[in-house]
Amino acid sequence: MAVNFPNIIDTRILKNAIDNSFEWVVVNFGRDLELAFLPLLKLINAVEQALLATPWYATVVIIMAIGYFTSRSLRLAGGVGVLMLLIGIGGMWDTSMTTIALMIMATSLSILVGIPIGIGISRSNRFQAILLPILDIMQTMPIFVYLIPFVMLLGPGKVPALLATMVFAVPPVIRLTNLGIRQVDSEIIEAVTSFGATPRQKLLTVQLPLAMPTIMAGINQTTMMALSMVVIASMIGAGGIGYQVLQGIQRLDVSLGLFGGLGIVFLAIILDRIVQSQGRRMLQHLHTGENKL
Amino acid sequence: MTNTAKIKIRNIYKIFGSQPEQHLQRVKSGLSKADLLSQDGAVLGINNVSLDIAAGKTSVIMGLSGSGKSTLIRHINRIIEPTSGEIFVDGENILVFDEKRLLEFRRRQISMVFQKFALLPHKSVLDNVMYPLLISGTNKKAATDVALRQIELVGLDGFEKKFPFQLSGGMQQRVGLARALATDADILLMDEAFSALDPLIRNDMQLQLKELQARLNKTIVFITHDLDEALLLGDQIAILKDGELRQCGTRSSILLSPADDYVRRFVRDVNRARVVDIGSVAEVCHIIDGEAPNNYGGLSIPDDTTALLYINGQSRYVISRHHIQTGTKPSPAIMRSCNLMLEDIITDFAAGAEYVAVTSEAGQITGLITQQCLLRSLVQKELTARHVPDRKWSELLIHR
Repeated sequence: MAVNFPNIIDTRILKNAIDNSFEWVVVNFGRDLELAFLPLLKLINAVEQALLATPWYATVVIIMAIGYFTSRSLRLAGGVGVLMLLIGIGGMWDTSMTTIALMIMATSLSILVGIPIGIGISRSNRFQAILLPILDIMQTMPIFVYLIPFVMLLGPGKVPALLATMVFAVPPVIRLTNLGIRQVDSEIIEAVTSFGATPRQKLLTVQLPLAMPTIMAGINQTTMMALSMVVIASMIGAGGIGYQVLQGIQRLDVSLGLFGGLGIVFLAIILDRIVQSQGRRMLQHLHTGENKL
Repeated sequence: MTNTAKIKIRNIYKIFGSQPEQHLQRVKSGLSKADLLSQDGAVLGINNVSLDIAAGKTSVIMGLSGSGKSTLIRHINRIIEPTSGEIFVDGENILVFDEKRLLEFRRRQISMVFQKFALLPHKSVLDNVMYPLLISGTNKKAATDVALRQIELVGLDGFEKKFPFQLSGGMQQRVGLARALATDADILLMDEAFSALDPLIRNDMQLQLKELQARLNKTIVFITHDLDEALLLGDQIAILKDGELRQCGTRSSILLSPADDYVRRFVRDVNRARVVDIGSVAEVCHIIDGEAPNNYGGLSIPDDTTALLYINGQSRYVISRHHIQTGTKPSPAIMRSCNLMLEDIITDFAAGAEYVAVTSEAGQITGLITQQCLLRSLVQKELTARHVPDRKWSELLIHR
């Protein structure tokens, strides 16, 4: 018979302490936190309303136009349009708009937070050594674990969904901003230093432009991770296309789940192609300067 | 050096590793590079280097990879900070500059050209050349004017709108040169600037640099591992090994009297005919005004001189020990300027000349080259007693 692992330390004390302190925060600050995040909620809703208020054909045209201008490829624009139409035909137009609204918010906030942090750790080896393991934890922790505290703090809804999504989606953009800046040819940095550039001038005129293709790859990953998380976040009341999948599971409705799943795949393809071709164009521009000629 | 020193490097030490100050004392008292590495894991980059860089000249710092030459040149614009020592530029100690003064120094007084060009790949040729001006706050219009002039100077007019990747290596380095010239700094640091170019292009660039330098008179510090390049460009050459300065001097003095075995091995394979000037190998002769006598009775040649040189108007005749012993007639000598290289007078000897009289830049005769002297200079490992570049010529003109 297997020998049980000995109870060296009674972890119940630790668990209780964590739970109690968390509860204490919820009881004492829960309302304040909710109020603090109210503007964010309003912003998400505004984006969603705007997307829903736009006629479907206008949305399709706009997304096709974005696809064309990032890739200069009619094929890509056409493909994106077809996928949007398929989502509409599948009866998922409104739910996918909710998902897109949350995505736009989560991705842009992740970029807004991630790039400065990435720049920060590119400048300090110590900061990098501290932050990289934390990013590893953030990415490997099962995503459901984030949902619990956020729901407890803010109640079910879009704001905790957005925050949990950000925690999950922000690491790639931080990581790749850091990497991109560190990979800039050291002789170029030396050259710029030798001409008397300030650290700020160095960052804005050389490091960021040269790191941009790598940063775009990070943004692409962040977008994809945000999408996968937004789907799961529908479990805590974020709504959207993920909720349809959830319903499919609850009702054991195969077609409902399958349609929802396909909708998510289509959204992923659209976003991926747009972000990737933007990144590719930046890379091309860097090596060939094509756009300026 | 008759010119004043623009840059004075004094007792520079650079130790790479954690807490370099701790090792400094032991390095100063003689710990070797290898011992420092094995005992403390620290790398001795520069070991007590002192060097004067003359204003308006090209000074070459030469060494193989790992000799510390690239580290040393980066001390001059403080991309690398020394562990100990002082560096003066125009009499100012640049190591005490604060952040603001250092930026000012880098923007106005010094500029640099890099081995792998280090151009900004996302900017056009024009924008690259303008870059140093723009970051120092020059307005765009003025910067464009200056940049266009520099681009023309290096012969790249018509390529302003191109991007670095569209240019050949040689052209890219010309952009690097134009960029370095754009700020009109007095000092130009060139870190193996031509090493990445293929040989023909490299030679073109070397000649172009010489030509530019003749016009601009910058204080150039040129780093290279290529001795031929050093000899071609350098008014002054410093040889670095394991972070130590082994020898510093003119090209002839390095070739003719290497300070140690390392330098000797370094210069062994050089084509001396092309780089040794005749002034530095000419032998001492007695110069006597008047017609050469037909009768050698009573003539003797002092031990430390090669021959007697009789000057009478346009005729110059040489009487050597050989003439006295055999009683043959004096031989005519032709005049050549001391700036010529050995290779330039080989044709004179091939055409039948027996003696070449070397004249100073002022036109005074300073010495004599015999056939033996020429051959010896070409092959002998080192020149000894007889070669006297530093003797005062006035002492030898007693008979005039």
